[in-house]
Amino acid sequence: MTFIAPVKFAIDLLAVLLLALGIKGLSKVRSAREANRLAAIAMILAAFGVLLNSQGTIGISINSWIWIICGTLIGGLLGALTAKRVPMTAMPEIVALFNGCGGMSSLLVALGVALFPSTDGSDGVVGELIRNFSIVVSLFVGAITFSGSIVAMAKLQGWLSTPSWTQSKARHFFNILCAVIALIGGIYLSIDGQNGLFLIVIASSLLGIGVTLPIGGADMPVVISLLNSYSGVAAAAAGFVVGSQLLIVAGAMVGAAGLILTQVMCDGMNRSLVSVLFGGALGSSSISSGGGGGEYTNITSCSPEECALTLEAAERVVIVPGYGLAVAQAQHTLREVTRVLENADIEVTYAIHPVAGRMPGHMNVLLAEADVPYEQLKEMDVINPEFPATDVVLVLGANDVVNPQAKNDQTSPLYGMPVLDVQEARTVFVVKRGMSAGYSGIKNDLFDLQNTSMVFGDAKKVLGDLLLELKELGVGSKG
Amino acid sequence: MSFFSEALWVLLLGSLLGLELIGKVPPTLHTPLMSGANAISGITMLAALTLIIKSGDNLPLLIIGSISLGFALFNVIGGFLVTDRMLAMFSRKKTRK
Repeated sequence: MTFIAPVKFAIDLLAVLLLALGIKGLSKVRSAREANRLAAIAMILAAFGVLLNSQGTIGISINSWIWIICGTLIGGLLGALTAKRVPMTAMPEIVALFNGCGGMSSLLVALGVALFPSTDGSDGVVGELIRNFSIVVSLFVGAITFSGSIVAMAKLQGWLSTPSWTQSKARHFFNILCAVIALIGGIYLSIDGQNGLFLIVIASSLLGIGVTLPIGGADMPVVISLLNSYSGVAAAAAGFVVGSQLLIVAGAMVGAAGLILTQVMCDGMNRSLVSVLFGGALGSSSISSGGGGGEYTNITSCSPEECALTLEAAERVVIVPGYGLAVAQAQHTLREVTRVLENADIEVTYAIHPVAGRMPGHMNVLLAEADVPYEQLKEMDVINPEFPATDVVLVLGANDVVNPQAKNDQTSPLYGMPVLDVQEARTVFVVKRGMSAGYSGIKNDLFDLQNTSMVFGDAKKVLGDLLLELKELGVGSKG
Repeated sequence: MSFFSEALWVLLLGSLLGLELIGKVPPTLHTPLMSGANAISGITMLAALTLIIKSGDNLPLLIIGSISLGFALFNVIGGFLVTDRMLAMFSRKKTRK
């Protein structure tokens, strides 16, 4: 049996290497898919290593095997089914759900170890203390991750709205109270390893809810990314609890990488992490302070028919897809419209703002699903200088990312956010359901401009009408 | 104690590695990266496995471990599959070009 330990060690090393390569590869378009598989293989290897090692040293009872297989089958099947069925537009919710379950898993491990301690005192006093502390961290972070992710999912699905009390100062007291109670429970548990267990779980779950509930839909991706980072931390803490270095490395890597990703997302939205977490929904605060508000004075609206006539005469068209397009699931209809335009030799490109869609990078996924060629998607820095040479810009369900206030108005809360300079184009059509404000609750100066016309309606319906009008005009059918 | 002091080094180095791994990510990949990293955070399934194996005949502990394993695998398998689904759409574009 002496060969088991070195083999397990080698497997663990390989698994860590593959995981690191996987995360690295996922950040490059060319290698992303292989990287994802690499990471999956690493996980299988790691699980195999644990089973091999245990079988070789202490043995795995039949009883254990049964429960292992039960958990694997049920969890795995549900996961596979969910992954296959979920529509691409629901991606943010589903990442939140998966993430919450990861947190729950860490929480349960810590709970099990705390309820039925198996230590024989060989760790010594300091070891015992570190161990109990890891249990506390695992419970605390796991519970926040779970409850926070579930709230995030429910809000994104529209099952939960933002209760008004969460926008008042009262929520800070509520959250601080929960944090203090969790801390007290944590201190108790660290000392004797038993008391305060459920105090922590309940208080940190409430804290997760209290922190996530006030956050508006626009900021939710940041929160999910942060919670994703937390679930890494929870996994690392669980690694301390069960004594697995592999788990600690992997958890720490995901935790740290998640933080970086969160920061990248915040930069894209010109929001600081602190204001996302403690500022509440941006809308209410900006309305009360009056910044960037005001009435629209010069709105021009037009029908899909007029829009089609202008498009017919255009040579260069830029599409600016946004959240509204994703919600209306109109990406396929959009693709049909652009096919017609392309057939008429009109140059069509897509301007992708870094945070377009429901989370950063989401729009690229949706357009890829609708068969839009990758090379037609242009990032903000590339497309911005091209707007003055553009005939028609079609803004589909985007709002704050095309607000010129971000460049011109220093008093605006949006000031400084990178935006698409669509107003430079000759004509701008904004397809929008109504005059309601974007996430930020801020007036969009673009809508007041001379060269902007509003086409009111659901993105999918408007695009459908547009398609009919274009076909009636005979656009793109000459060949 | 030696495990814990080693483990703290591992924690430190792992965190530093994670900070360095993703410096520049094209916005296209933010969503798949988040989803993939999320799947990896389900590595806590190893802890659940260990818990089940060490719990012997303790039924409540076996059940807790099994539920925990289920949650973790839901995270892992669902996460990897959904990431693959997203990335497949990018690579399809690539080959057709």
